Amino acid sequence: MGTHEFMKQPVSDWMKAEGPDSDIVISTRVRLARNITGAPFPMLCTNFQALDVFEKVEHAVSLPKLQELGPFEWVALNDLDPLEKKALVEKHLISPNFASEARYGAVFLSANESISVMVNEEDHLRIQCLSSGFQLSETFQKASCIDDAIDSKLEYAFDEKCGYLTSCPTNVGTGMRASVMMHLPALVLMKQINHMVHAVTQVGLAVRGIYGEGSEALGNLFQISNQITLGQSEEEIIEHLYQVASQLIDHERQARERMLQANNPRTIDRIFRSLGILSHAYIIDSKEALQRLSDVRLGVDMGYISGLSSGVLKELMVLTQPGFLQVEAGSALSPEERDMHRAQMIRQRLDQANRESTGKQD
Amino acid sequence: MVCQDCGKRPSTLHFTKIVNGEKSEYHLCEACAREKGDVIPGTPNGFSIHNLLSGLMDFESVTKGASKAPQQLRCDTCGLTYLQFSKLGRFGCADCYTNFRHKLEPLLKRIHGNTSHNGKIPRRIGGEFRFKREINRLKLLMMQAIDQEEFERAAQIRDQVRAIESQWKREMS
Repeated sequence: MGTHEFMKQPVSDWMKAEGPDSDIVISTRVRLARNITGAPFPMLCTNFQALDVFEKVEHAVSLPKLQELGPFEWVALNDLDPLEKKALVEKHLISPNFASEARYGAVFLSANESISVMVNEEDHLRIQCLSSGFQLSETFQKASCIDDAIDSKLEYAFDEKCGYLTSCPTNVGTGMRASVMMHLPALVLMKQINHMVHAVTQVGLAVRGIYGEGSEALGNLFQISNQITLGQSEEEIIEHLYQVASQLIDHERQARERMLQANNPRTIDRIFRSLGILSHAYIIDSKEALQRLSDVRLGVDMGYISGLSSGVLKELMVLTQPGFLQVEAGSALSPEERDMHRAQMIRQRLDQANRESTGKQD
Repeated sequence: MVCQDCGKRPSTLHFTKIVNGEKSEYHLCEACAREKGDVIPGTPNGFSIHNLLSGLMDFESVTKGASKAPQQLRCDTCGLTYLQFSKLGRFGCADCYTNFRHKLEPLLKRIHGNTSHNGKIPRRIGGEFRFKREINRLKLLMMQAIDQEEFERAAQIRDQVRAIESQWKREMS
């Protein structure tokens, strides 16, 4: 364990950059589903066929065209232990199902972890690009570029009428799922979020929790993505999502503005109470940690709390998830030990950040 | 029973969700259920888009008087039957799209509101296909022009189509 680059730090390099509108949009993701001709989709692949796909892709990505895009690491899923897989899931580099079920699964990772290509997931290839902040077009361009590079080496399953053929008919056509991860605490506090979620689902977009399909909205984090993949071009899908997400950003900013004007002591109490708990708690579970971190982040973004960077909070959001925590601790932990370890780590980071900021002022 | 979400269409999907002992019932029409599908939180055993899809397809067989013939449809390439597909919500191989084409159109229409791809094309096969797509687009315009009795414009478009066709032939040879 610990030999892989991705295990060395909880926050990927791409995540550290401050992207546009990063007070609200944490990250942007574009995923392209692709299959190779000549083999059944992974669900019906024999082990032999799955291995063949694995080897073909491994060969294709080793060719100069892709290596030109920067340093990459080829990671076979079989070589990873369960904790390492969990860490990859928590960094959104692979999906939970892929970690537990894939046969001859592999992931092709760029050094800064902004690009990951899953092999033998639900489809033969899932090309994923991540960016910090609100950068839909840029992220799509990047994914498309990787797609073209692989396209020049492997023959994709494509139909003139149906487009890129995928295992699930909900992905057929462009095979593209674009999403933005948004932190919407003010809309949640002002109780407008259900109304917003409903409106968003009415216009052909989906709202999910942070770990994808079926997951809960923890820490006021919402993932907005396109549902339709057939009939619209990639550019149209991106534009539509961009428009809707922009409106959500506006609504969240207005809600924060109203909260600032109202200057409600209860809101301020909530923010500082959460900061107090994070700074001093001895035991904290991941759900509470995410919620408290969301409160504090809102406090920072609204200017109530100074001297704490949102980068530290972003890092803690990933670092306090069960998998990473155990990686950090160097061994598997019981839930109670985990909650203690998590609380200790949050205390240390906040204390460190606090000392750094007072150091700067001196 | 009417759909509890839109209150207009009849509800065709009924399910019960129990979270921490709290029971809630849903009676939705297919359109609302599809939109709600991903907002309803659940575990891997919960209500996923795949369950929903198979729900949609069961619905179809019920309305069509449970005709057995389509369920015996089988993909020659991978062996997946249409019945299996409607349970799993996933295809077995690329050829399933051809082998189940007739059943697929209404399904795609329901999921995406559309049945033909309008986006990116792989470079490898792109050249020829781009010609075809452009010609089809122009032919459609030409028919519209003829319908509106704008024969001059139709003739112009016809010339455009010919130009593209000859360019295509040149590039292919």
